[in-house]
Amino acid sequence: MTDIKRRRRSREPEIAAGNGLLDRRALLGRGIVFAGAVGTGASLTGAAAEPLAVDPWSLEPGIIIPAYGTPSRFEGKVVRTLTNPKGTPRTAQARTPHHLLDGTITPAGLHFVVSRSGIPDIDPAQHRLAIHGLVKQPMVFTLDALARYPKVSRICFVECGGNSAPLFSKDPAQADVQAIHGMLSCSEWTGVRLSTLLEETGIDPKAKWFLAEGADSATMNRSLPLAKALDDAMIALYQNGERIAPSQGYPMRLLAPGYEGNMNVKWLRRIKLIEAPVMAMNETREYTILRFDGKAWQFNLPMEVKSFITSPSPGLTLQGPGYYEISGLAYSGHGRISQVMVSADGGRSWAQAALQGPVLSKALTRFRMPWRWDGQPAVLQSRSWDEAGNVQPTRAELLAQRGEPRTSPSVEAFPMTHMNPVTSWAIDSKGEAKHVYA
Amino acid sequence: MCMRRVISAALLAAALNAGTALADSPRLGQPVTEADLAKWDLSIGPDGVGLPPGSGTAAQGAAVFAQKCEACHGREGSGGIAAKLYGGIGTLTDGPGVAVRTVGNYWPYATTVFDFIRRSMPWNQPKSLTADEIYATTAYILKLNGIIGDNDVMTADTVAKVKMPNRDGFISAYPAKH
Repeated sequence: MTDIKRRRRSREPEIAAGNGLLDRRALLGRGIVFAGAVGTGASLTGAAAEPLAVDPWSLEPGIIIPAYGTPSRFEGKVVRTLTNPKGTPRTAQARTPHHLLDGTITPAGLHFVVSRSGIPDIDPAQHRLAIHGLVKQPMVFTLDALARYPKVSRICFVECGGNSAPLFSKDPAQADVQAIHGMLSCSEWTGVRLSTLLEETGIDPKAKWFLAEGADSATMNRSLPLAKALDDAMIALYQNGERIAPSQGYPMRLLAPGYEGNMNVKWLRRIKLIEAPVMAMNETREYTILRFDGKAWQFNLPMEVKSFITSPSPGLTLQGPGYYEISGLAYSGHGRISQVMVSADGGRSWAQAALQGPVLSKALTRFRMPWRWDGQPAVLQSRSWDEAGNVQPTRAELLAQRGEPRTSPSVEAFPMTHMNPVTSWAIDSKGEAKHVYA
Repeated sequence: MCMRRVISAALLAAALNAGTALADSPRLGQPVTEADLAKWDLSIGPDGVGLPPGSGTAAQGAAVFAQKCEACHGREGSGGIAAKLYGGIGTLTDGPGVAVRTVGNYWPYATTVFDFIRRSMPWNQPKSLTADEIYATTAYILKLNGIIGDNDVMTADTVAKVKMPNRDGFISAYPAKH
């Protein structure tokens, strides 16, 4: 009897931080038993279930298997949000609904998109990749030729440099995870290392940078350090096992792991080795960080360490007090995530979240934290660390460096790039989540 | 700068000495000449290398602009569904979200203006302008910003020599932010 009691007591999750955060080890398969009723009198189990009837789909055969599967018709709300649905002559964005997804891989059809001029309809048989400039022998590669090269796969996030820009606002943008952090996605990419192709073309020792250019009508181009080509850049041909989606660069894109999304040039047609950056529009007018002294940071290449909570979050209302799992995404363009801390009291106390393996370099890492909500207002935050020793800044720390925003721009505006401060979701007593500054 | 050279040289040596990858490669690249790539090679450096032959003035560019650019960028570049092409002087220190960034007060190189028009504009018919039309439109936009005069001729030589007001406004964060 005493033994049973002791065992029960040992299975009670330990409180790890204020406002009901539980020890992450409660997630490690031991189950959770709440010995005492929580303050609001929530019961340990749900209300008794109704007797079960046999459902109609159990009584007749289902539909014929489609040649290419699509999600259930009941998942119609799980879609990207579009900033330019009518194709007005300007840049268009589509954002990933992270609050409606779990795990770490983004389905290709939900991958975020930024496009300057629509999605080109490229015939893969006609498409060519040219590598030239400061090489020993300029060369052209067909898709069929690239398919015969040694290939590698890696799971890697791609994040727009302007993701999370709504956090640079005087007042907290009343927006959800998708609107604030939706220009981030993660896929398994398969392709040919750029260094393999450069061994074939040879490299003129004068080359220090390379230019990557797309075949889209905007013919988007960026300069990247040659060191990236020789490190981990890839000519990606496959996304999550299938050919890259048209909106992601079909039939090939540059993958520059951890670098800002714009540098992962889609519809890649040309790589030119050069001595110095070309100062393209997208590395001067765009993707530069203006400071309050009027100067601007340029060539802000890796995306910084960041995390945010996807559940609960705005639009996902808690259904009464009790046990919940706080879950979110953490990542860094500098390597692996080493630690994520979560707070339920606006940053006064923190507890370590469980990291779901495998924790991969420059990939999304899912973190989870058990939480017993007592039905009272709470402010949820997450904060991440990477293996290179970088720490995600609090909002105050980030603004101390960048300056205080003086306006509250549209949630679709990009007043600032490389925004990685802690995000705060306030939960009210009705269980509704709202973006706040805390 | 010195350290950056050392690092890239080391990486280069490591990649070229890898050896095994070379043996594993099917070597299916087809040799081409730079001349074969001429229609694709739109690269223009800030030094002007890559600018094509041709010329144009702001006076000539005004007509091109009215016909090809005004629908989106507004009358005389005053803005519309696409960006305003001048102004913003003195606003950069107002900070992100307030500062108005234009060709005149933000873009560091005039070569980028030529390059961007040539590769991406007009939005619905990119690469349709002749080199003379691009020089003329570049001249017109620079004139709207008071950087050159109505009759200054833009050519491969002169575009690269234009000193943009914000030429020294940028600090490189690569290889590391200081």
